[in-house]
Amino acid sequence: MPSPSGGIRPMPELKRLLPRFIAPLLVLAALVLGPAPGALAQSVGDTLAKFATDRFPDTARGVEEIARSGHPTALEIVEALGENRLAYSQADRSVYVIGKDDQVRSAETGAPVADIAPNQLRRVRINNPVRSAIAAALGALRLNSADPVQRRAAAEAIMQAHDADQAPALEAALGREKDARVATAISQALAALRIVDTKQPESVRLAAIDTLAERGDREALVMLRNVPAEAPAAIRQRAERAAAAVERRLSILGGVQNVFFGLSLGSVLLLAAIGLAITFGVMGIINMAHGEMVMLGAYTTFAVQEFLRTSAPGLFDWSLLFALPLAFLVAGGVGIGIERTIIRFLYGRPLETLLATWGVSLALQQAVRTIFGSSNREVGNPAFMTGSFDLFGISLTWSRMWIVVFTIAVFAFLLFVIRYTDYGLRMRAVVQNRAMAGSVGIRTNWIDALTFGLGSGIAGIAGVALSQIDNVSPNLGQGYIIDSFMVVVFGGVGSLWGTLVAALTLGIANKLLEPLAGAVLGKILILVFIILFIQKRPRGLFAQKGRTAES
Amino acid sequence: MIVQRLAGRLGLSELAFVAIVAGLAVLVPLANLTMPEGSLLHVSNASVVLFGKWMCYALLALSLDLVWGYCGILSLGHGAFFALGGYAMGMYLMRTIGTRGVYGNALLPDFMVFLNWKELPFTWYFFDWFGYAALMVMLVPGILAFVLGWFAFRSRVTGVYLSIITQAVTYALQLAFFRNDMGFGGNNGLTDFKDILGFQVQAQSTRAALFALSALALLGGFAAAKAIVSSKLGLVLVAIRDAETRTRFIGYRVEHYKLFVFVVSAVMAGIAGALYVPQVGIINPSEFSPANSIEAVIWVAVGGRGTLVGAALGAVLVNAAKTWLTAALPTLWLFVLGALFILVTLFLPRGIVGTFGAKFLGRRGTK
Repeated sequence: MPSPSGGIRPMPELKRLLPRFIAPLLVLAALVLGPAPGALAQSVGDTLAKFATDRFPDTARGVEEIARSGHPTALEIVEALGENRLAYSQADRSVYVIGKDDQVRSAETGAPVADIAPNQLRRVRINNPVRSAIAAALGALRLNSADPVQRRAAAEAIMQAHDADQAPALEAALGREKDARVATAISQALAALRIVDTKQPESVRLAAIDTLAERGDREALVMLRNVPAEAPAAIRQRAERAAAAVERRLSILGGVQNVFFGLSLGSVLLLAAIGLAITFGVMGIINMAHGEMVMLGAYTTFAVQEFLRTSAPGLFDWSLLFALPLAFLVAGGVGIGIERTIIRFLYGRPLETLLATWGVSLALQQAVRTIFGSSNREVGNPAFMTGSFDLFGISLTWSRMWIVVFTIAVFAFLLFVIRYTDYGLRMRAVVQNRAMAGSVGIRTNWIDALTFGLGSGIAGIAGVALSQIDNVSPNLGQGYIIDSFMVVVFGGVGSLWGTLVAALTLGIANKLLEPLAGAVLGKILILVFIILFIQKRPRGLFAQKGRTAES
Repeated sequence: MIVQRLAGRLGLSELAFVAIVAGLAVLVPLANLTMPEGSLLHVSNASVVLFGKWMCYALLALSLDLVWGYCGILSLGHGAFFALGGYAMGMYLMRTIGTRGVYGNALLPDFMVFLNWKELPFTWYFFDWFGYAALMVMLVPGILAFVLGWFAFRSRVTGVYLSIITQAVTYALQLAFFRNDMGFGGNNGLTDFKDILGFQVQAQSTRAALFALSALALLGGFAAAKAIVSSKLGLVLVAIRDAETRTRFIGYRVEHYKLFVFVVSAVMAGIAGALYVPQVGIINPSEFSPANSIEAVIWVAVGGRGTLVGAALGAVLVNAAKTWLTAALPTLWLFVLGALFILVTLFLPRGIVGTFGAKFLGRRGTK
């Protein structure tokens, strides 16, 4: 064995005698100085021998020592022990790590050992004290990991575990840390420990309070509230002030988050209602089958994904892009079919239209149920729709975020079509004065069919978006029909902007009411509000004015 | 006097209707209770309950026809009045269970014991007294209709807007009754009834009597509706249906007429619900579902709105078809119902009675 060229040689016998509060200092020193591996080989051999006795107190001590040793395979050994993959040979008491692939490696060097099979070894057993030793050791070891994500997670873990013994390790790690985000996490973990550490000078504890206040989340609040009553008055006061500030910040954040959730719900409502705003608002047709158009769009997405799964799995992430035009065509085509065969005979008789389209909705639901079955269908989320991200401490899911973006796009598209295209011009002409439009050569019945198709098609692409956040079942549409009507009526029939304002208002109001009244009661309150509102302003928020308004 | 005057105004199909319903009210219980099983004339126990349900549906359809067929108010929330009446009756039936419930609590119904409630909510006070429950059967739907109509008709909410509002009301009520906190049994509703006015609910004689009562209630509802529509008030209602603005300009307070007929109709629907609940043995929030209300509308449309008899006939026909089809070809039923909605509105806007019975009827009420 080469002689030690530097660093501390952890002598096991000696260390057992050391008071507990000095031991972490040794760990710290070991970690700071980063001893040369060769220097430790001998002592590691002693430490490893502790695992081979397979007695719990020895094992626990072994864990502590190996963690302090800074040995290159230390993390691997401790992890293996935690997962019951550390083993020893009964013959020569040497210790091995059994890989997840059953590859046996030497614990000391990490080199594969070819001539020993896992079943020739005995696994080192662990119990609860050993487990806690492992947890503590892992925290310290991971702080030294080369991966900044691991280091940050380790700091967070120490903060949550509130493990005061780790303070020196944290201090050492903080001195070494280059990555700013990891450094912040470490200093926060350190602050959480120092804030209750009576041995720290007051100035350090006050600084710790400030650090935690900066973090400003729910955990920091708990830590700040944890300051014991017997702490000096200055510390208590600062902690209380900081806690109050954090609380304020959290409640503001909560409000912002609710508003965002409301925006997200509002855009879902808007997506579902905007097609209705065209068929009901512009054409005056009560289309009770509107929800089923949404459902058709969702099932189109399902069919597209099924097709891609079997024939081109690589394109799965693009499935929504394929589904959008298809859903528009499917729902729009069905819509035009309904208009040509049923609704055109019922113009001017809104109540009859309502009944007939309800019949259509029943038939469509049953048709889908017959083809696809009545159970929920699994529609997958492409990669860009999954997961969530953090925005100033608010956690948002990508799917909700994209739906908001998508809704804005659909709304803009619709405004553009109605305002700037030739078709839009003709449509507005027919709405304003059907007879005059007809006499200047506009085929009014074609415009009717196309407009109904447009409204239905928009419902179809709404279905593509809703398939990402809702269950795809034959009843999907029924859940949206009443809400959609409420949005259109509340916003004012015939006004796209009114629909936008109404949907967002109702969405946000719903989410703000939810924490106060609960989800169901909140929804009921909203319904009651709309019912009362319509009594007061029967034409909605943005009522059409002038002669065309009277129907 | 009144009977004579009414009878004088009845058309052929209406006389036939009265005769048939009155006959059924007597014959079905007789055939059920006195004829031996296996006899051709025997009516099975299950059929008595089924027919009883149809009678209640017919009364509901009649009440809907009164507002829709004669006053142009298409309510998509009449199921709510029906269900409220049913709940009022259900609460009486729950209170009479007493100590015979699973938990044997003399005061609290089982579901309250289950929810660990200690006191009876005030909404349940007095419901152990039949007279009070019977009053509530009419009062609760009536008051809801009054409040709703008061605001809606005064603000001149008409046509599809009113339809959508009524649908939203029944939807909101459904959501509300699903909540356990409301104290009406939540999701499961009210069930496990034991007896009504001292008679066992399950007993065959009680069921036969309930059928007879339902048939009589249908007759009573018909008489009331007929009295209304053939009075001068009924003429004003029809005028409102056909030209609301013009009627207002002539000097009638349109909203008062509408409110009156809406409340009467709601009370009728409530009575229908109250008779329905002891026969089927359960009431739960699904009765509030908007789909139920709109299905009642199609009964009226099939039979012929503005004919009263047609509404009752439509209710029985559609439900008979439903009973038969859901057993024989369950997947087909929704297609048939959907097609019924479409075909009737397109090709038979006046319904069966309105189209084929027109020459027998005293034309009034058909558009």
